[in-house]
Parts: sequence; structure tokens; C-alpha cells
Amino acid sequence: MTPYSAIPKMSRMTAEQAMHQALREEFQRDPDVMLMGEGVATKRRDLLDDFSAARVRNTPLAEAIIAGTAVGAAASGLRPVIDLLFAPFMTYAMDALVNSAGKLRYLSGGQFRFPLVAIGMTGGGWSVGGQHNHNLEAMFVHAPGLKVVMPAAPADFKGLLKAAIRDDNPVLFFADIGLLHEAGDVPEQDDFIVPIGRAAVRRVGDDVTLVAYAKTVNVCMQAAAQLEAEGIAAEVIDLRSLKPLDVDSVLNSVRKTGRLIIVHEASGLCGIAAELASLAATHAYASLRAPIIRLTGPDAPAAASWVLEQAAIPTVEAVAQASRDLVEFMPVSLSETNLCTPNHRSAGSQSCIY
Amino acid sequence: MQAQPNTDAALRRLETMQLIRAYELALVELQRAGAPGTCTSVGQEACAVGVIEALDARDRIVSNHRSAGHLIARGAEPRRLMAEVLGRVDGYCGGRSGSLHISAQELGVVLTSTIVGGELSMAPGVALAQKMGKGDPGGIVAVFFGDGAACEGIFHEALNLAVLWQLPLLFVCENNQWQAFVHRLETMAEAAIADWARGHGLMVETVDGNDVDAVQDAAARAVAQIRASGGPAFLELSTYRQRGHFEPDDQTYVDPTELRGWLRRDPIRLYSERLRARGLIDSAGLTALQLRIDASITAALAYAQTSAWPSPETLTEYVYA
Repeated sequence: MTPYSAIPKMSRMTAEQAMHQALREEFQRDPDVMLMGEGVATKRRDLLDDFSAARVRNTPLAEAIIAGTAVGAAASGLRPVIDLLFAPFMTYAMDALVNSAGKLRYLSGGQFRFPLVAIGMTGGGWSVGGQHNHNLEAMFVHAPGLKVVMPAAPADFKGLLKAAIRDDNPVLFFADIGLLHEAGDVPEQDDFIVPIGRAAVRRVGDDVTLVAYAKTVNVCMQAAAQLEAEGIAAEVIDLRSLKPLDVDSVLNSVRKTGRLIIVHEASGLCGIAAELASLAATHAYASLRAPIIRLTGPDAPAAASWVLEQAAIPTVEAVAQASRDLVEFMPVSLSETNLCTPNHRSAGSQSCIY
Repeated sequence: MQAQPNTDAALRRLETMQLIRAYELALVELQRAGAPGTCTSVGQEACAVGVIEALDARDRIVSNHRSAGHLIARGAEPRRLMAEVLGRVDGYCGGRSGSLHISAQELGVVLTSTIVGGELSMAPGVALAQKMGKGDPGGIVAVFFGDGAACEGIFHEALNLAVLWQLPLLFVCENNQWQAFVHRLETMAEAAIADWARGHGLMVETVDGNDVDAVQDAAARAVAQIRASGGPAFLELSTYRQRGHFEPDDQTYVDPTELRGWLRRDPIRLYSERLRARGLIDSAGLTALQLRIDASITAALAYAQTSAWPSPETLTEYVYA
């Protein structure tokens, strides 16, 4: 029995607004939560006014010390959130995030925990070029001790950010630039949380599994809508968290559909899609009715030119065509090479050459 | 004019320095017998002993790969340190650290990083937490680093932030003249680290790092200044890395004349002579002290060598909280 008050009140807001609401609510809930970064006190003036200058701190443009300070503060009882602006700037913070936050709990035999969140924007959409747009999330997935999330829906921007702040481990929160101004329904209640490590099935279908995260979730949803008209039922899974990965959700779907396409904007080489393809090939082998396809960005820096930037992002048409190919796939009639022809992927995608 | 320590304090300084020395020389022997290599602080004992004595139990210490002196001066048990170096369960970190990143939160030695500069990146955050009421009231943080770390960009980022945010942080630069296999004269245009620190606008003092009384005195002044002002201070301790970057290291790259000169200024030798001159200890007393320390190290080694290895099943424990 659900009491009326438990029915979530929803508000329409952008992903960016949802993140701000998450910060506000967590600031209110826990006095140990604090925010540091390049302009956080400037841009989030209401947090500065309503809480304190001690908890909302502008910093020098010095990512290494921002992240290092967060690590030291986190180990000492605070819950810092750091805004490093653009994901590529995180490479300046690698020592603190990877060597300190990710390893010193383990190397100290469990003496410390590092409840911190590092936020970075990335992805095509603003024509900012490769030093501001670099989907490097898989680099952090490869680092032990870190968690990595990358939401698609505004509600998940809020729920995952709140979960990340409450988590006792360092969490990398990647915000897809192309989604920040997209609006969606977001639950208003303070205790709304999206658990880290749980994927969401966005659409149910029996014929092919489309796995994506961040902006390519919408790409897959549009492709699935097209495919429905053709009689192909695609299941769309939004990973939301990249580490831990919700492997069971993906495998359960693959066991049902027998066909798997993984789609992301990040480069394919040693990426999330490669990992999922390997897991599916190992654990759902008997269910597979066709080869696994990865549709990804290329092994190239992001270009600023709108046309080139967009060419690096897997397209609706590429996902739809790959889905048709898998549904029509006959082991004797279609060679592996056919699955790698350019019309199966976005113009810039190199996914099949690996 | 620095104050003369009383007899107990003076003898304790000597004994602690000798204990650190004996512990590290035992690690050298262990390495020769096949144990993992270590980075020793032989020759730098006065820095650790002088600074740590100036701190209280409420203070925190952030250290680096040459941490044995800081840990032992703070009261770490050599037997648990040795167990850690040998990768055993009774080590301070259950054998996961080895010699390079030993932390002991129970002693206030937190977040040791072996990445040169890593200690400087984390220390302001520990001090910020202190300032925001997370540590013991009135506590400060001391971060130990070397001239090598001072050549990392994070050195300036950390100093700038500590001054800007007025963090209760004591920067302790043990300038041991060597940055891995390169002499600092090859890596720095300035003559001293202190010259760089002064540019950031905080209290800076340069001290003979081989004179434990002078180090303790300067550290006490700096700590008092930090407690009074709430803001940071900086000590450059001029000292010398008598042994190699790590064990084993044949030091063929070291100028023997320079090394001999610093060996004559060995901190333990200097202090033994001073205490003899003051009549606080004689030859028989020094011998008895050495024998007592040697016996304690022998016992520590036996403890470490009989400590259990961690179970392979625990390999992935403590990755996540």
C-alpha cells in the first residue's frame, strides 16, 4: 500500500538544474558536504548565500591541488564535491584521483575512505574541440578504487549525483554536455536516489538489445522507435553507471534477444563496449544469434567543426541499420566483413577495425 | 640562541635517532637477503625527530616514501613497520603497503604517498578538514617532502592554497640534496627551496637539518606561529641522503668528497658528541644505548619474520569502502 505522500512529486527541469537541486539537497542534509572548484561559488551563488563560504569554495585554476585537497579532506571526514569543469582537465588531477583516492584505502589496509565526487563535462554538442571534449570515462573505469557514473536522463543526473555524494568511495561524475540543457521529469523529494551500479531498461523488446549511456541512449531510443515501425522490437538499456557495471541487466537482456549492440560516443578501443562484448561472449554465448556489434566514436580527438564533431557520434541510422543486419543475420549468408561495412556505423566510427 | 633541552629530552632525541638508524640499516640487510628494497632516510634522522617532537597528539602528519623516521619518531613500533615491509599481516597496513606508503592513522600519520608531490597535494585537504572542525581541536598538519617534490608544480599549488585559505599546515622540506639519481644542483636554478616558498608570503625558516636541537627549536617556533595565526609556515631543513635513492643503490654517481663531508656532519654523530660534551652521556652509556637498540631491532625482526603472510583470498579486500 503506497501512501499518497509517497507518490513522487515531479518537476520539469534540465539536467543542469537537476544537478544543482541535488547539490542543494545534499548540502541541506549533511553539513560535511562541501563544494570546491573553478567558479563554483560564482556560479552557485545561492549555495554560498544559504550555506557558508567555508563549504562553497572558489579555487585557483589548478586541478591537481583541487583534487588533492578533496582527497585529503575526504579522508579527514568531509564529503567534498569538486567541479573540474571539463573532463580533459581531469588529466591534471590524475595523481590525486588515481594514485591517492583510488589506491590509498587499499594500500593502507582499509584505514581511510574517500567520499568525494569529481564532476567533469564532456561530449559533443558545444564545438569546443578535443581539449574540452574527450569522453575519457573508460580511463577511470580502469583505475581501481574509483566509481564512474554517466547519466542520460535529468532524473538520473539528480539521483546519481546524490548517490555519489553519499557514497563512501570516490565517484567520477561525467556530465554529457549535449544533455545538460535537455529537460525531463525529475522527482522533487529529498530522499530520491538512483543507486550507483544499476542500469535502467528504457524500452522493452525481444529482438535486439541496444546498450548505451549518456547521449547515445537517446540515439538508441530514436532508433528503436524507427525499428518498431519495421516490426523489430529493440530493448534499450541505459547503463547510467560504468563502474560498477550492471552486467546482469545486460546479460539478462541478451539471453532474451540473442543480439547485442553497444553504443557510446567514447572511443571503442578498450572501452565499455569492448568490456560488455567480452562479457556477453563469455556468459551469454549460447544465447547469441549473431555477432556483437560496437558502435562508438573513433580513435581521434574531438574536432571543433560542428560537422566533424557530430560525425564522431554514433547516429540513429547506424544503430537502426546495425539492428536490421543482426535480425537478418544468417551465419552462412553474411560474413563478418559485411558487418563492418561503413553503413553499419556512424561516419566517423571505427568500431569494427578492432 | 636556542634553548638547551633537558637531560631526558636530549637523551630521548639521541635514542630515537639511533633507533631510526638501526631500523633502516636492518632493512638494508634484509634487502641484501632478498627482501623488497626500501628508500631509507639514513642521515636525515634529525629532521624527523626534531619536527615530530614539536607536534602534539592532536596534530596530523602527511608523509612520503622516506617515512620511517617520521613514523618511528611518532611512536610507531619497529616490529610492525618491519612486518609491513616484509608484506605480513601484522604490518600497519596488513602488508598491502610495503615500505613505500605506510600510514598509521592510530598515530596520526595519515595518507602517506610515494608519488613525489602526492603528499603535497593531499596535505592542504587534511589541514582544511582540521580548520573546518574535523580533527582534534587546535590540531595542525605537518607535511614532509623533499627537494624533489619541491620541483613538482604541485609544490606551488599547495603553498598558494595553504596561504590563500590560511590552512594550519607546516611544510617541512627535507632538502637532502638528491632527487632520485640527480643532484638538486642539476635541477634547480635557485639555491634553496626557501627562496621559492618566500614568494608565497608565509613564515619561512631555513635550518641545519642535521642539528636535532636546531630543528626542534625551529619547528616549535613554526608550530606556535601556526597555532596562533591559523595559517601555514615553512621549514627548509638542509640535510643529506647518505644512502642511495633506494636499496640497493651503489651510489657510483655520488661525489665522494661531498659524501664524506656530510658523513662528518652525521646527525647522530654530531649529537652524541654534543651530549658527551655536555656530560649527559659517556662512552659506556653510548655503548649500552646501542646494545639496547640493537636488541630491540633483533626482536622486531623476529616478530616480523614470524608474522603470517596475508591470505591470497584477501587480494581484493579494501579496494572499496
